Amino acid sequence: MTQEFAAAFSLAWQLLASADPALREIVLRSLAVSLSAVSLACLVALPLGAALAVTRGPGRTALVLLLNASMGLPPVVVGLLVYLLLSRSGPLGALGLLYTPSAMIIAQTVLVTPIVAALARQIIADLHAEYDEQLRSLGLTPLATMRTLLWDARFSLLTVALAGFGRAIAEVGAVIIVGGNINHVTRVMTTTIALETSRGNLGLALALGLILILLALLVNGAVMALRFSGLKAAYA
Amino acid sequence: MRIPLMLAGLALAAGLNAVDQAAADDRFIIVQSTTSTQDSGLLDAILPAFTEATGIAVRVVAVGTGQAIKNARNGDGDVLLVHARKDEEAFVADGEGVERFDVMYNDFVLVGPSADPAGIGSSKDAVAALQAIAAKAAPFVSRGDDSGTHKKEQALWQAAGIDVAAASGGWYRETGSGMGPTLNTALGMQAYALTDRATWLSYLNQQDFRILVEGDPRLFNQYGVILVSPARHPTVKAADGQAFIDWLLGPDGQAAIAGYRINGQPLFTPNAQPMALRKAG
Repeated sequence: MTQEFAAAFSLAWQLLASADPALREIVLRSLAVSLSAVSLACLVALPLGAALAVTRGPGRTALVLLLNASMGLPPVVVGLLVYLLLSRSGPLGALGLLYTPSAMIIAQTVLVTPIVAALARQIIADLHAEYDEQLRSLGLTPLATMRTLLWDARFSLLTVALAGFGRAIAEVGAVIIVGGNINHVTRVMTTTIALETSRGNLGLALALGLILILLALLVNGAVMALRFSGLKAAYA
Repeated sequence: MRIPLMLAGLALAAGLNAVDQAAADDRFIIVQSTTSTQDSGLLDAILPAFTEATGIAVRVVAVGTGQAIKNARNGDGDVLLVHARKDEEAFVADGEGVERFDVMYNDFVLVGPSADPAGIGSSKDAVAALQAIAAKAAPFVSRGDDSGTHKKEQALWQAAGIDVAAASGGWYRETGSGMGPTLNTALGMQAYALTDRATWLSYLNQQDFRILVEGDPRLFNQYGVILVSPARHPTVKAADGQAFIDWLLGPDGQAAIAGYRINGQPLFTPNAQPMALRKAG
């Protein structure tokens, strides 16, 4: 066992050191798909989360419950739903999106949106409770309140986006159904790991897993650096 | 919101770039196929020659035969390349496919631990081997996924007169996954399994497992290719799909299949009928 790990580490290092072109391709595709999905999810989920945090009205509690529960959406179910939507015999079949990176972005966006919205709602709701009187004394409209709170919570929301990214980059169940794991078209890190495991090539699969973890580390590091420089600018 | 917006812009640009790249080779067909053709490395080895000759890229979706046929029935593919003859013929009879052709064959083998607790390694009789496994209640791992291999295995159990459904969860274990994951499971459980020879030969995690039963005519494994019906599914790329089938059945494709070897062993034997016979038949 320890031997296998050592071998996987050395294989991972070799792949990285030689800048293996096949590896480069799937790493870039993984990043492109998952970052796009998280960005799209944030565009929808941040305003949604803020709106749920700031507004009062009937059905809001039920909506929040639904949203929180949706954080546990199984990727394979999301993949199946998006497949049925995008299949040639499905309602959106005419778009011809099945087995393309766009289909993978759609599936991951569906998967990540509830996570970002639910966590953002909680953060904004807490902030709102804290500043409610102050905001009201300024006579802000609900929209302006939402904007103010979103801006104020921006550093926490970055962490929320990272949670969404973590979910997207690590999942295989959805993208393997809607993408089809097609070589040079829709093959990403996680589907390659699944394929190499199928081939009994456990060493390579593990090495790719290590590289995926490294990738997540780099993205998180980059965001942390951004956050640090942002904080410095904000309080300088 | 400047920072998140900037990030979003960057990511979107990167994403669109990836999408564009995928759309760049705009002349392509989608082949719904089985895990054995991909896991064995066959398609990776032979497809570049076809693409070079015709300019048509081939996008392979490798799933179990059952799922491949369902996907094709939904119109999500141009060509079907699978191994479950009855289902293929039903697919054509239902008007979902144009015509079915033999492409190549290999065979199934029973693999298991070298210790061979059910003592099946001494015979060529696959059905007797399954009876011995059942008699000993020795663990057996099944695909359980409606794949071509799973269907073959079920037919063999039926021939052996054994009701595996009753033993499911006991010594008979259904993984519901592809050939590779099923082999991984069999190794973990020291269990017997039925696999196609191509996947076994290319499988890198064999440990102390070996082929115990082979050479029974009932273990024959024929692959067929079908153009998905453009009459039923108007989005099917009939001309390019037919070009792929013609290549696969023609001398170049057949030679490429015969030439694909691992450690000197051929994985598939081409057996398409010559063009003249096909037209006549």
